[in-house]
Amino acid sequence: MPFQDGPAGAPRSGALEGSEGRMFARGLKRKSSEDAEDADGGVAGLPAAPSYTLQRQSLLDMSLVKLQLCHMLVEPNLCRSVLIANTVRQIQEEMTQDGTWRVVAPQAAGRAPLDRLVSTEILCRSGREQEGEGDCPLPDPAPGQAPRRPQSSPWGLDGSREGRGGFQKSLDHIFETLENKTPGSVEELFSDVDSSYYDLDAVLTGMVGGAPTGPGLPAFAPTAAAPPSSTCRSDLGELEHTVEILVET
Amino acid sequence: MAGAGGGGCPAGGNDLQWCFSQVKGAIDEDVAEADIISTVEFNYSGDLLATGDKGGRVVIFQREQENKSRPHSRGEYNVYSTFQSHEPEFDYLKSLEIEEKINKIRWLPQQNAAHFLLSTNDKTIKLWKISERDKRAEGYNLKDEDGRLRDPFRITALRVPILKPMDLMVEASPRRIFANAHTYHINSISVNSDHETYLSADDLRINLWHLEITDRSFNIVDIKPVNMEELTEVITAAEFHPHQCNVFVYSSSKGTIRLCDMRSSALCDRHSKLTGPGPPLEVSEAQKVKARKLTDWKVFEEPEDPSSRSFFSEIISSISDVRFSHSGRYMMTRDYLSVKVWDLNMESRPVETHQVHEYLRSKLCSLYENDCIFDKFECCWGGSDSAIMTGSYNNFFRMFDRNTRRDVTLEASRENSKPRASLKPRKVCTGGKRKKDEISVDSLDFNKKILHTAWHPAENIIAVAATNNLYIFQDKVN
Repeated sequence: MPFQDGPAGAPRSGALEGSEGRMFARGLKRKSSEDAEDADGGVAGLPAAPSYTLQRQSLLDMSLVKLQLCHMLVEPNLCRSVLIANTVRQIQEEMTQDGTWRVVAPQAAGRAPLDRLVSTEILCRSGREQEGEGDCPLPDPAPGQAPRRPQSSPWGLDGSREGRGGFQKSLDHIFETLENKTPGSVEELFSDVDSSYYDLDAVLTGMVGGAPTGPGLPAFAPTAAAPPSSTCRSDLGELEHTVEILVET
Repeated sequence: MAGAGGGGCPAGGNDLQWCFSQVKGAIDEDVAEADIISTVEFNYSGDLLATGDKGGRVVIFQREQENKSRPHSRGEYNVYSTFQSHEPEFDYLKSLEIEEKINKIRWLPQQNAAHFLLSTNDKTIKLWKISERDKRAEGYNLKDEDGRLRDPFRITALRVPILKPMDLMVEASPRRIFANAHTYHINSISVNSDHETYLSADDLRINLWHLEITDRSFNIVDIKPVNMEELTEVITAAEFHPHQCNVFVYSSSKGTIRLCDMRSSALCDRHSKLTGPGPPLEVSEAQKVKARKLTDWKVFEEPEDPSSRSFFSEIISSISDVRFSHSGRYMMTRDYLSVKVWDLNMESRPVETHQVHEYLRSKLCSLYENDCIFDKFECCWGGSDSAIMTGSYNNFFRMFDRNTRRDVTLEASRENSKPRASLKPRKVCTGGKRKKDEISVDSLDFNKKILHTAWHPAENIIAVAATNNLYIFQDKVN
């Protein structure tokens, strides 16, 4: 399996020029300045900073895609999801410090949006546990054999029709953005900071439990570059099957 | 370090010279996913070797008795028993499949003629009894030889049934099923040295079980945050101390290891230890009470090297396996690029760090893209704790001798599979000119990963799982 990294022997310095404290010290493709495909304009001798931004953006996009392409039929690997979500958070934090993370909501919101940049809530709802509800698998020595989780449907039939609409809207938004993959498009992704933020988070982190909603997803599956993970199943047939189950629930 | 320099047998009696012994599994290039081996474990004596696969099956190999007429050939491992341990399930409430893949097998110490092991998938642990039957009774009074019941009123004389030898039959039967105790995926099971209890760990919780009791378990660790949005760390592995039945360890995705003591009275000692070096402090009663509210564990964590920080730092620091040494004095952790040996008395940093495949550090972005960065490699100790082993890519595995500080890269492949053929050390070329017999980083096959290995408890025999094949290697020295 060949790597797509930069040409062998391309120099990788610990710190990129003009970008102190950046995270991409290693493990990132460095485009040589002669690279004609440099999207920054292809001018030889360009400073590394724009390239770094592009690469960081690309890592962010890749991470978001990874979070979405979780299994539909098998519970996703929680460790992997948490690690990816943490990576996304780190990128967001850095971009926030840069000022490249433009949040449209009024700054009066203060720290709150930053704290909730990427919620792992839905992600961890793979256990199908709702907040605030007792969730212990088995308490101290109480005999009990029935499955403990009274499960509601993935998106909560309890009056979240709106929520579902919100998901749909957010889904389309995400897919469009990812398809375009233009630098700075990520701001559009996170431009809704209010309550629909959680919907976005849910969308970002959670195809968990197989609840793809409607027409947005089939459009997504062929266009996005799926990582060659053998555990990802984006089969449309399975998708429809899952949607059927949801609808019947 | 990518491998020992040069080829050939290293001089010195301490060095091990590994030779091919056996390989099990299909030669077919087309690998059925169900056949992929997902766990390997020797039993306490080393006479039995169990494997679990993605299809939920367990295969147990038994070592043949040494043949006196061929004293130079060591006992071979042959199939002893095969059974279906777990079946795929469907969780209708969540509309999710529960995979039948066997995540871990752990043997129980042998107490009678039968053998017992625990096998687990993501959700359910099962205790299996494997027993032999080599005799059968004949001459029943109430039934014929072919099993038909006789009419009791027709019986005029009684006889005592006699035992007759039969072909050996090995039967596996599930004796206990420990279910419904894990919301998240089970990653570890570990039998306690008391031989009565065991722990099972999932992403967020660790439960303690009694082997006889299936309808309840005690939760001993819970790192699930009240607000799930705040989840940033999961449990990755857990193990009981080999001798102290109250001590266990668990590792996390952030690279920390926590040593826990289930006895509440030990809290004070550990608290005093945590405050610094030197003899334990005298702790007043008031402080004892306070200590009880503190975390009741030692936290082992190596400070991060700020100069090598990247977006991937956390991911590669995630610990995929933690194992106590046989002596119980040390523990070993495996993260993505290295294995570290820790002295249980020193939390600040490991006593040894061994690089497994440092040449991958510059490839982390690609490894993130293809998900290889999330591969969970296991590690194991040699019987005397002087050597450790772990797997890598391209069907390579790495051995580290802790005494001589030498390491070697070996390969599990069918090409080196002549009986008793010595394994040639392999070397990965990291840049510049590639020497003959070296392989460049970009040519490594990342689909051929050695995640699961096991070492015989007493002898230098190792079992290496390469996708769907199981390789057995032995040390040349008899």
